[in-house]
Amino acid sequence: MNATHTEPIPNPLDRQAGFVVPAALEAEIDELISHYPAKRSASLMVLHAIQDRFGWISQEAVEWTTRKLDLQPIHVYELVTFYPMFRQQPMGKYQIKVCRTLSCALGGSHPLHEHFCGALGLDHTKHGPQTTKDGKFTVEFVECLAGCGTAPVMMVNDDFYESVSHAKADEILGKCK
Amino acid sequence: MTPSQTIAAPPPDKIKVKVDGREVEVPRTVPDPITGKPIPTTMIQACAAANVDVPHYCYHPKLPVAGNCRMCLVEFGTPALGPDRRLVMNPDGTPKMAKSPRPAIACATPISPGMEIYTSTPAVKQMREGVLEFLLINHPLDCPICDEAGECKLQEYSVEYGKAESRFIEPKVHKPKAVDLGPRIVLDDERCILCTRCIRFTRDIAGDDALGIVNRGSYSTLTAYPGRQFDNNYTLNTVDICPVGALTSKDFRFQMRVWFLKETRSICTSCATGCNITVGSREGRIYRYEPRENDAVNACWMCDYGRLNYKWIHREDRLTQVQSPKSRVQGRPATWAGALAEISELLARAPQGSVAIIASARQTNEELYLLKKLADKLGAATDSIPRSGEGDRLLLNADRNPNAQGARLTGICSADMGGRIAEMARAIEKGAVRTLVVFGEDVVKHGLGAGLLGKLETLIVSDILPNETTKLAHYLLPGCAHVEKRGTFTNAKGRVQKFMKAIEPRGDARPEWEFLHELVSRVTGQQGDANLEGLFNRMAKEVPAFNGLAWAGLGNTGVTVSL
Repeated sequence: MNATHTEPIPNPLDRQAGFVVPAALEAEIDELISHYPAKRSASLMVLHAIQDRFGWISQEAVEWTTRKLDLQPIHVYELVTFYPMFRQQPMGKYQIKVCRTLSCALGGSHPLHEHFCGALGLDHTKHGPQTTKDGKFTVEFVECLAGCGTAPVMMVNDDFYESVSHAKADEILGKCK
Repeated sequence: MTPSQTIAAPPPDKIKVKVDGREVEVPRTVPDPITGKPIPTTMIQACAAANVDVPHYCYHPKLPVAGNCRMCLVEFGTPALGPDRRLVMNPDGTPKMAKSPRPAIACATPISPGMEIYTSTPAVKQMREGVLEFLLINHPLDCPICDEAGECKLQEYSVEYGKAESRFIEPKVHKPKAVDLGPRIVLDDERCILCTRCIRFTRDIAGDDALGIVNRGSYSTLTAYPGRQFDNNYTLNTVDICPVGALTSKDFRFQMRVWFLKETRSICTSCATGCNITVGSREGRIYRYEPRENDAVNACWMCDYGRLNYKWIHREDRLTQVQSPKSRVQGRPATWAGALAEISELLARAPQGSVAIIASARQTNEELYLLKKLADKLGAATDSIPRSGEGDRLLLNADRNPNAQGARLTGICSADMGGRIAEMARAIEKGAVRTLVVFGEDVVKHGLGAGLLGKLETLIVSDILPNETTKLAHYLLPGCAHVEKRGTFTNAKGRVQKFMKAIEPRGDARPEWEFLHELVSRVTGQQGDANLEGLFNRMAKEVPAFNGLAWAGLGNTGVTVSL
């Protein structure tokens, strides 16, 4: 073997100390798995259940899911990295998702995103979700939220907002306690 | 439909299609590369049958079809049907073609009777150019330092279909470089074109689902799970099937440009499977083993253990000098002529039954045959040493001798290899056996200890590397690694396969069959064959199991004999 420099396999997964799946959640997951003819088919639903409970998917969660579904860790790792809605880091209490698909982009979603970032001390030029230091807000661009007629549209967690002006944005932020 | 309107009736399990105007008849189905179940024959297989090369990256004949690289796009047409569902005929009586408005990927599109495949139209050329331009968008231009250069499909197709200048002015996506994927593999993700051959190989052939693609779109990245090394006994096959320089062998990378390598057809000697290999060598040095396709033995694969088991050939302590009792006293090497003359005189004088021979199942059929001939003349007992390890379900055989069947078929040993060693030990102990001939085995470790060997009048040893037995030898005859000579092995299933010479032997070492031929000729007084072809053909006549074989008839992939 020649001694050229190599790097270890990159690991973007964050650790979660003390990750334990509570018995109630595990029972819920077992029930979910029973809906599918093959355990592997339940992968997405199991990950959603874990994310609903913990808010994100840690390395421990990936490995727990792997064992639960008798898979190889790469299978779950592929899924978690493919879907941006699976969070690989803890997100803010309020997750602000600004639509940037065509109608909203024309309707001013970029200035809206910049407005949120400015108000929360985040860098609007950065790619991907950004969370404030206090862990209260996460701001990110998302693709079409299916409100093209009332662009720009956005969501805060599961709430949907249409025709969001900068004034309305401030009002929405004000409601987030 | 009247018979005259049907396409000339082929046998029911065959389909006639045209590739670039040339008609070929191909089977309707082919076995699935993994399950063996019949699956429809695809366009790319029909093209191969017509000797038409369709460029491709993700398609591999021994792997499941993925259809993701799009390089094999071709145009095609099927016989046109009129409103009455009858074939529409051209004025010249041939069926009119309905050319598909869209191209199809040849690797995943089943053929149908009368189909015409067009692989060299201007549109097909444009599609290849388009696919290639996309593949090259984020690909680094590092061919001068890339190990794959010279055998890179991306490089080859770029010459045929590539543009000299890139139109891409946007920032390139950067990915991990020099990733330590496993103990034998380094991965450069920027060179990867995401064909997934390696993923399918390790999942479906090696049975170790260790690799996958993470992230999405232009950030898609091949990886193993962090902290889980890609480490099974077949990982280096992914380097062979990687169409680019993404997966490289730690052992081979940066060692030699591939175009300098001389390629020699050979056989792996690390177990009884006898995987067919290509030896890459330059100026007397072996740089790599690669599997060579043989569907009767190893398909396109070989194990990492066998592949990397070549370094001993270049060990510094190789035996390179002939030694005899006289030469040891004089403190200089003996000559082959002198040593062989002395040994043959000694053996010719030896009373019947006073000689025993231990051959190695790492020797060739021809050498074992010659030793058996010698043994028959001298009334000598013969045996060989078993060598075993853990086998697996794919290629690695538990029998680690490459030619155990050859030793059995030539009569060197019985089915129970090594079963006569204890008896030989007793015969030496009693003084009944006074001369022992040992080839390629360290018998001190196998029941004939140094004390016992000390009782012999003469110990004649031929080996490649020094060991306890060679130290005790009165006559030492330096032999050759298999890459330094020609010969045949018989694998576990009885396939007789030949291997060719890649490099010259070290020092005075000579191929064992050469000096054995001389020795046997002198002791028996019969003039044998001084060339390997003749020797093999004579062996085929005399050894019942090999009857009917001929050196020329072995071809590159061997012939199976019944065991």
